[in-house]
Amino acid sequence: MSKISYRQALKDAMIEELERDENVVIIGEEVAQYNGAYKVTEGLLAQFGPKRIVDAPISEAGFIGMGIGASMLGIRPVMELMFWSFAYVAWDQIINNAASVRYMSGGKINVPIVIRGPANGGTGVGATHSHTPENFIANTPGLKVVCPVTAYDAKGLLKAAIRDNDPVYVMESTILYNSTGEVPEEEYVIPLGKADVKREGTDVSLIAHGPSVIVCLEAAEILKAEHGIDAEVVDLRSIRPLDEKTIVDSVKKTSRAVLVEENKPFCGVDAQIAYLIQNQAFDYLDAPVQRISAIDAPAVYSPPLEKKQLPQADVVVKKVLEIC
Amino acid sequence: MPLINASFSTHVLRKDRKTQIVTKSSISKTTNRQKPTKAILAKDAKSPANADLSKDELIGFYREMVRIRRFEERSLRAYQQGRIAGFLHLYIGQESIAVGSISLMGENDHVITAYRDHGHALAVGMNMNECMAELFGKSTGCSKGKGGSMHYFDPSKNYWGGHGIVAGQTPLGAGLAYGLKYQGKKGCALCFLGDGAINQGAFHESLNIASLWDLPVVYIIENNGYSMGTSQERSSMHPDLGLAARAEGYSMNWAHINGESIFDIREGVKKAMDLAREESKPSLLEIHTYRYQGHSIADANHKKYRTKEEIDDYRKNHDPLSLYREYLLDAKLLTDEGMKEIDLAAKAEAEESAKFADESPFPPESDILKDVYWEEDHPDQKLSEGRIFFND
Repeated sequence: MSKISYRQALKDAMIEELERDENVVIIGEEVAQYNGAYKVTEGLLAQFGPKRIVDAPISEAGFIGMGIGASMLGIRPVMELMFWSFAYVAWDQIINNAASVRYMSGGKINVPIVIRGPANGGTGVGATHSHTPENFIANTPGLKVVCPVTAYDAKGLLKAAIRDNDPVYVMESTILYNSTGEVPEEEYVIPLGKADVKREGTDVSLIAHGPSVIVCLEAAEILKAEHGIDAEVVDLRSIRPLDEKTIVDSVKKTSRAVLVEENKPFCGVDAQIAYLIQNQAFDYLDAPVQRISAIDAPAVYSPPLEKKQLPQADVVVKKVLEIC
Repeated sequence: MPLINASFSTHVLRKDRKTQIVTKSSISKTTNRQKPTKAILAKDAKSPANADLSKDELIGFYREMVRIRRFEERSLRAYQQGRIAGFLHLYIGQESIAVGSISLMGENDHVITAYRDHGHALAVGMNMNECMAELFGKSTGCSKGKGGSMHYFDPSKNYWGGHGIVAGQTPLGAGLAYGLKYQGKKGCALCFLGDGAINQGAFHESLNIASLWDLPVVYIIENNGYSMGTSQERSSMHPDLGLAARAEGYSMNWAHINGESIFDIREGVKKAMDLAREESKPSLLEIHTYRYQGHSIADANHKKYRTKEEIDDYRKNHDPLSLYREYLLDAKLLTDEGMKEIDLAAKAEAEESAKFADESPFPPESDILKDVYWEEDHPDQKLSEGRIFFND
């Protein structure tokens, strides 16, 4: 095991897959000469050359649509979105074409494309750059979406995404790029659709994805130290496919659930999780399922307010104390 | 007609007067649709792309155009009889474009188009039965009844759809070309679009990328003069040389082609395909054509936004099928009797396809969840875990 950054883990995943499969190509804005807007692709141009690492113009509908077309012919493009917030200018390609071509062709075509990039708030870039569209993606049959939080998960999930024959959208976090974690030397892949219990506990299940997992881990420590409450933290990792078993098993064990995400509340991912829990663990619940989402407004710029708008450990603690 | 090499004309920005804004009046522009000039097929037939065609090939083009028209006339009846749901965008009047262009395709050439896609499908060799059954929503349809009129597909014939969103297919066309180039294959992608698609952002992004990266794609605007019910005059600003001249903005080759002459189509498209295959250069072609039916069959107003005289003029004087029929008769390549045989055979084939479609079963309800994910359809190779469908 060695300790590497989340950023390095993503890069290592791409390097290994570029070496493994000559059809893998990295395309995106600033990914080659500039070495990546967030340096995730740093050094790849020098290592693999301009055929495999391609700078695209600022033209998301054009180059992502182009990647979808190329993937129909068997190319495996890994497209970088500088921010997932920029997906909206390419929405027709990302939602309509990538998700529907297989279905509308009666299964004659598949679209083995990966789109990856950061999808998070909390960095002071305002409403246009702080979107977390994993709920929109998960709402679209034909697409898969994962949200890795640790270096280990980032590498294993991105490798699985690149090998997948369906479109897989990987949502990262600019806040996490510099975080570090243990990653094994030997090769590994994490199957999509497998949640991970990041902290075991017995009194309440904190169920989260994306940067909110970090918030929940922090809250769990406070709950333990200050209130003697032993919280379990379940990281969904993959939104669609969804590991329902791990979620339900955890709630059956703790009998209480607080769901935490950066999505806005209405039709956020956790609305689906809440339904799942009441449907499959109703008799085990000792309290109503609770949700903490981003405060229901466009992402505010003002730094102290933006901090308040997103899930915070003290809010999670407070919510847990209401039901424990 | 020859491909005009992209070059900046003198009336555009001049390097020696950088600080002077070029006023609107100094740039020649228009919204006017060009009036068709009657094609002389006997002359066009002598052009390089056509001079060596065999009698069988020439008759084959006629047969293909007739088959498309009879298929669509039969589908129109089926629609009126309530057998077909949703939209039905008919290609009648434009058949020469699909047949002429697709006749030039080789093993490594690919085609993609928008929602007026029946003609291209039949031209690549998809059969009437699977096409009609798709319209009827039957399991024997080319997409198992999952796509409908706007979404025909057959990758085994290098036919990549059939796309319902205006200009949505144009980046995919660039992607097919990118894939060919990446794999080092000498071929090209033909990407068809209507004149309504030229004002979509995705189209402009595609032109820029295709030209920037020298992708072997040929964009073919089938200009029938109307984006739904809005005429070209009311929707598109462009240089006075036409819609295709917008390609100059992307330093891309372009040409005008007269759609009523299948020979003119083949000559122009072949030049563009050669440029793509040999030099990996994209082109933008504008083929002047006309549709006799509405935008779709649901378009009941199509005689209100254009005059009866205009429709009659195109039908009488510019119909690509009639003009080609006259050419074949004059050149004594086919007799009246021969034409009749072809026509009757096409009608019978179309009738048979309607019978086939009618008698075919609807897909079972269990089909709804198939063909969504490759992985779910290949459980033996499935790598992911967890739940992927969420109904109960």
